[in-house]
Amino acid sequence: MAETATRSKSASSSGSSKTRRAGTRSGGNRSQRRASEVFPGESPQTLCDYYRQMALIRRFEERAAQGYTQAKIGGYCHLNLGEEATVVGLMSTLRSDDYLFTNYREHGYAIAKGIEPGRVMAELYGRSTGTSKGWGGSMHMFDVESGLLGGYGIVGGQVPLATGAALAIDYRSGDQVVMCQMGDGTTNIGSFHESLNIAALWNLPVVFVVVNNHLGMGTTVDKSSAESELYKRAVAYRMHGERVDGNDVVAVREASSRLVERARETGQPAMLETVSHRLKGHSVVDPGKYRSQESVEAAREADPVAAFRAQLISAEVLDEDGAVEIERQAEASADAAVAFADDSPHPNPETLFDYTYATPVANDSRRLPADPVF
Amino acid sequence: MAVITYRQALHDTLREEMLVDEDVFLIGEEIGVFEGSYKITAGLLDEFGEKRVRDTPIAEEGFVGAAVGAAMLGLRPVAELMTINFSLIALDQIVNHAAKIYGMFGGQCSVPMVMRTPGGGGQQLGATHSQNIELYYAFVPGLKVVAPSTPADARSLLLASIRDNDPVLFLENLSLYNTKGEVPEQAEQVEIGKAAVTRPGSDVTIIGYSRMATVAQQVAEKLADEEGISAEVVDLRSLRPLDRDTLVQSVRKTGCAVIAEDDWLTYGIGAEVAASLSDGAFDYLDVPVRRVAAAEVPLPYAKPLERAALPSADSLTTAVRETLDAVGRRR
Repeated sequence: MAETATRSKSASSSGSSKTRRAGTRSGGNRSQRRASEVFPGESPQTLCDYYRQMALIRRFEERAAQGYTQAKIGGYCHLNLGEEATVVGLMSTLRSDDYLFTNYREHGYAIAKGIEPGRVMAELYGRSTGTSKGWGGSMHMFDVESGLLGGYGIVGGQVPLATGAALAIDYRSGDQVVMCQMGDGTTNIGSFHESLNIAALWNLPVVFVVVNNHLGMGTTVDKSSAESELYKRAVAYRMHGERVDGNDVVAVREASSRLVERARETGQPAMLETVSHRLKGHSVVDPGKYRSQESVEAAREADPVAAFRAQLISAEVLDEDGAVEIERQAEASADAAVAFADDSPHPNPETLFDYTYATPVANDSRRLPADPVF
Repeated sequence: MAVITYRQALHDTLREEMLVDEDVFLIGEEIGVFEGSYKITAGLLDEFGEKRVRDTPIAEEGFVGAAVGAAMLGLRPVAELMTINFSLIALDQIVNHAAKIYGMFGGQCSVPMVMRTPGGGGQQLGATHSQNIELYYAFVPGLKVVAPSTPADARSLLLASIRDNDPVLFLENLSLYNTKGEVPEQAEQVEIGKAAVTRPGSDVTIIGYSRMATVAQQVAEKLADEEGISAEVVDLRSLRPLDRDTLVQSVRKTGCAVIAEDDWLTYGIGAEVAASLSDGAFDYLDVPVRRVAAAEVPLPYAKPLERAALPSADSLTTAVRETLDAVGRRR
């Protein structure tokens, strides 16, 4: 299946594939049976691969936070910590030629969509080997090859764009699907509503995914959304909407896969709300003092990486050694990404005017701040 | 060579480009069944169908953004914004997205789209429907902004805009739609980013764009006929990039300049033109650069008030005469 190919593509591109399945209990018919009871329809290899990706995103984001405190990374830096199951579950359902638009919290998506972690880290480091050649930074990852058509820093900005990409697919009678990821706060901005209306009116193959982590910066969903069960907002556009536990990678995958394939086959858009927690602040610099003790504890208890690890061990998909080995590899991949970023060249200031226009134009200004106009 | 209206030139050019390029499609409010608020797209729905002439809900941010997204995948949408006033609702998609996507992602993805929209007052449409806010877009690197004043330029620049791989804001003007002019069968190549000397002269340079470029032309002709004044007229044609060289060359020759603009004076397009003349023709200027621009008020509805607020042939003529008086060049 195409999805499996995508997954293994991202797998082989983001880690050492040689020892990828080291922790899988091989030869155990019993463990196969046990796994299929707990995770019907998922092979042990696939499950381990989810864990491998989740562990990698966890380590990667921890390294990003470190890089930020070391001033290797500038600007804003929003992490996917606590959203690993959501990220991996969603991305496992897209083909490599499907398109993804995200908000500014997208490092994990970039990796899971198949971009080398080193290139993602290099973008954070502002290096010319980064996904956007150092022009975008944390919030603006982009990679044509893997179908990531942008992380976007303006809340709601990506929603009309994703709808338009789906329009282009429909225009050309293609069979790709667009996934448009956004945060819970985005469901209150106009572009969200305009776009859902248009997507439903025109039957466009786009799945809108609302990652509900309970907080839009420091404002709770309850305080910002009159209908706090966000998936119900789809009803206003006669669009299918549903909610899934964003801490459960298999549940996310199941729901997403269903909606993505439905969009592919029928052109019908849908909305999927995933519910999870932000483990840390809105961005790296945010200590999150506005959060209640209960909320912080709930997030910690629900930690999807730890929970999935425990599930895999209890289902005998992995043993402790296997889990440790996957974590060791994740750490090595994250470290390798940092090393790659650190060793990469800074962009040359002489390239400053290379990307203002795609079609060269007469009288395009190329003056530097202190240059005279004439 | 046929004499047609500005409206017809736009219509014919859209149609021709749709015939030659399957990727060109139209998107906007009331452009199909209603045939366009100003009838630029009349008949195109019947000819090309709903796929290529797409009526949208009243949702500027949504449909302009959808056009941007479609352009990212290589289609060539031509979005119609009913008037430039309504473009403000799509400002985020135009300024934060269309203009940024090529640069922000390191040149990986271009946005080949056109946003057609008329500006202009003088139709008694009141404060919210009469603005000249092209400056907002001309300010932004990543966008190209063109403002044709004649049917021939409308045709040539629309062709250039549709074939360009960058987002182009294509400024029309309500009062130009019915103006007529000669349009060659084969569109003349007009480059985006270049101004045109539309009338050579030696006494004074009059600089305008869109409607005021045509007013400048009329004023120059009248002053030549009646007073023997030789005014050179420069039509900016492009607001971004701005062709400073052509402006400066003209003013180095004439030594004085009057700028004619429909927008507000403070921070307006003319302010940038005047600054450019200071940058490039300071030693050649015999008198300060003069600007004729709209009064700085929300444009009123009542005709006498509206007329008093907007630049006209009369106000431009007065400014040109006073400029020439100041240099002792009137005969």
